[in-house]
Amino acid sequence: MTIDTILLALIDGVSYGGLLFLVALGLTFIFGVVHVLNVAHGSLYAFGGYAAASMGIWFAQGEDSLFLSLLALVAGAAIVGLVLGYTLMLLLRRFRDRDPVIQLLVTFGAFMILEDIQMMIWGARPYFVSDIMYQMGSTELMNVVFMNYQFWFIPAVALGVYFGLRWFLKHSLKGHQIIAVTHDREVATALGVNAGRISLLTFIIGATLGALGGALASPTTSLVPGVGAEMIVLSFAVVATAGLGQVTGALIVALAIGIARSASIYMMPQFEVVMPYLIMMGVLLVRPQGLFTVAQARRI
Amino acid sequence: MTLKTLVSSTLIATSGLALGASSAMASEKPEEITLGIATFLSGSASVFGIPGRDAADLYIEELNARGGVHGVPVRAIYIDEGRGSAGMVSDYRRVVQEENADLMMGAVSSGHCLAIGPLAEDLEIPNIMWDCGTERALENQGYEWSVRTGSNAVTEMVASVLYLLTVKPDFETIAVVNQDYAWGHDSWEIFSTVLKQLKPDVEVVAEFFPRFGAPDYSSEISRLQALRPDVVLSTSWGGDLDTFATQASQRGVFNNSTVFLALGESSLERLGDRLPEGVLIGARGDNYFLHPKYMTDEKHHDFVTTYQERTGQHPIYPVYQMVRAMEAMVGAYDTAIEANNGEWPSKKDIAQALRGLTFRGLTSEVTVRPEDGQGLEDQLFGTTTSSDEYDFRVLKDFMIVPAGLVTTPPYETTSEWLKTLTPDLLGQVEMYNGAAQ
Repeated sequence: MTIDTILLALIDGVSYGGLLFLVALGLTFIFGVVHVLNVAHGSLYAFGGYAAASMGIWFAQGEDSLFLSLLALVAGAAIVGLVLGYTLMLLLRRFRDRDPVIQLLVTFGAFMILEDIQMMIWGARPYFVSDIMYQMGSTELMNVVFMNYQFWFIPAVALGVYFGLRWFLKHSLKGHQIIAVTHDREVATALGVNAGRISLLTFIIGATLGALGGALASPTTSLVPGVGAEMIVLSFAVVATAGLGQVTGALIVALAIGIARSASIYMMPQFEVVMPYLIMMGVLLVRPQGLFTVAQARRI
Repeated sequence: MTLKTLVSSTLIATSGLALGASSAMASEKPEEITLGIATFLSGSASVFGIPGRDAADLYIEELNARGGVHGVPVRAIYIDEGRGSAGMVSDYRRVVQEENADLMMGAVSSGHCLAIGPLAEDLEIPNIMWDCGTERALENQGYEWSVRTGSNAVTEMVASVLYLLTVKPDFETIAVVNQDYAWGHDSWEIFSTVLKQLKPDVEVVAEFFPRFGAPDYSSEISRLQALRPDVVLSTSWGGDLDTFATQASQRGVFNNSTVFLALGESSLERLGDRLPEGVLIGARGDNYFLHPKYMTDEKHHDFVTTYQERTGQHPIYPVYQMVRAMEAMVGAYDTAIEANNGEWPSKKDIAQALRGLTFRGLTSEVTVRPEDGQGLEDQLFGTTTSSDEYDFRVLKDFMIVPAGLVTTPPYETTSEWLKTLTPDLLGQVEMYNGAAQ
């Protein structure tokens, strides 16, 4: 493997990892605070993509305006995150004190219903709005053409979201409240934190991140029925490998999976599909709690 | 009357009644023909399943408006293949046993066809495999109840190699990007085997099988750009094909290599001008709404127009496959009723009538081989070009490969038959000369 090949694999891997991180981040963030493994996160990804594509068709397609194309992506993700995040949280509130398996099943049920709703709204025909790819131009490196959207924009958004979320959690009042609820819901409530409202806020942020992942994928990916299920499986692999609730861990693992997958395409293409799961299996065999979760003594 | 006489009389009377009832059931016209259709109504393959269902709805509506099949209307019951094999098989059995289906059509998925074949034998129900591609579904299976009204993977891939070698005979290197599931691997296995037989000096420089539903092909595309093979083949379909073709187009793969999309016909309209000119396209049969021989044919033109008015889209190959299956159904009833001297046929009669049947869907005639029930459907290929009339690419430089030339003969095994192919086969095909029907 030459230096050129390694560099190419790194570039492709970082771009893929960035997208994967955005979807996995929402999933792990919600679990960290609300303690619900949200299977419907795949639907948020799919709805985010479809909504962004629809917005793009509505007011950005053919306008040759980068601003409008970006606005379509952000607006699609924000609307889906707000509406579906709020709806799912309202649904889960009824099952808050129930067994986690029940909560998991509720989100699975929601996922199935949302798949059908998605089919009712957008049908089975693939959607694709890729104006932004051309508006951002391309870069040639070592005789290989990269689209700037994938080359730097997606990794930049992923990093921006990561640092933005860290800043929000560490330096804002709401962020401090989220951390307090994450550590101990009862104590936080006793100290005057409205845990219900914090859970809702967290859920909406997480849902918006999932939808943002779908929206950012929409210019490069054909949106078809089942697209949410495909992405949620990979996101689970990232979250399980990093450890549930680990934000920084999700970033590192998503990048590692992206780069490993990309490197395998260059060296052993037959391992491409299983690479994320090989990494997950290897990590979980050694650290069943995930790479970045600190082992805790079990309360008896 | 002795007890013995009484019992004998009762038995004879009962037998007579039963025989009479049986005879009446075999010949009495039903109120309707119940037709079970397995297709994808959910999941990623619904990009094919739903156009197939729309075509079935439209065909049945028009058929019933004309009086149905010999005066009997047809009613369709759909089975969603998106539920997975177990759910599909269970629904299939339910439709046959509880809904008393007269005929079944299944399925889109090759895996589902492999499951349905023995099931149809068990349930003794005539079954038309309307869309699935795997040759294994019928090859040397000895089924009595199942036939396929379209081509299989062998026909499609052998014909694809012939088209590629005709339009680009001097290429030296090839790379493949197929979906990581049975069709992706099987189609490449057949294609590469035939390619080695007909052009042994070709070097395969890369074989990529990204996962089904992959959202990103960046690494594969970077690799293709670095390798610059003369030809890039993909037998992918649906959203995966759209994603790959778009990303490859954006990054200039089409400038460096000749790209051959073996199922590209189904994505032409969706890809619009994202697909450049000069891309080699296959149609999984001779399914194309601008088919050079049948473009102006009244039956074809009328159906395409009505389908487009109803769905807002041009028909893609599953639409043609479904109409083909429907025409086979009608043809089988015609044949069986004629053979029964006008009496209504039994299910067994229909299954037998399907074998050896020659019928026409919207394009060329298809013959179902009597030996194994495999349909012989010609294969159409073309190269993309721009059009003033459409805002997406259309095809030119057509080739229509006769199915009999590229299909494993009955009672032979594909793996062995492929080894017998020689470059002489290329001399038996030629580019379409432009004659209209």
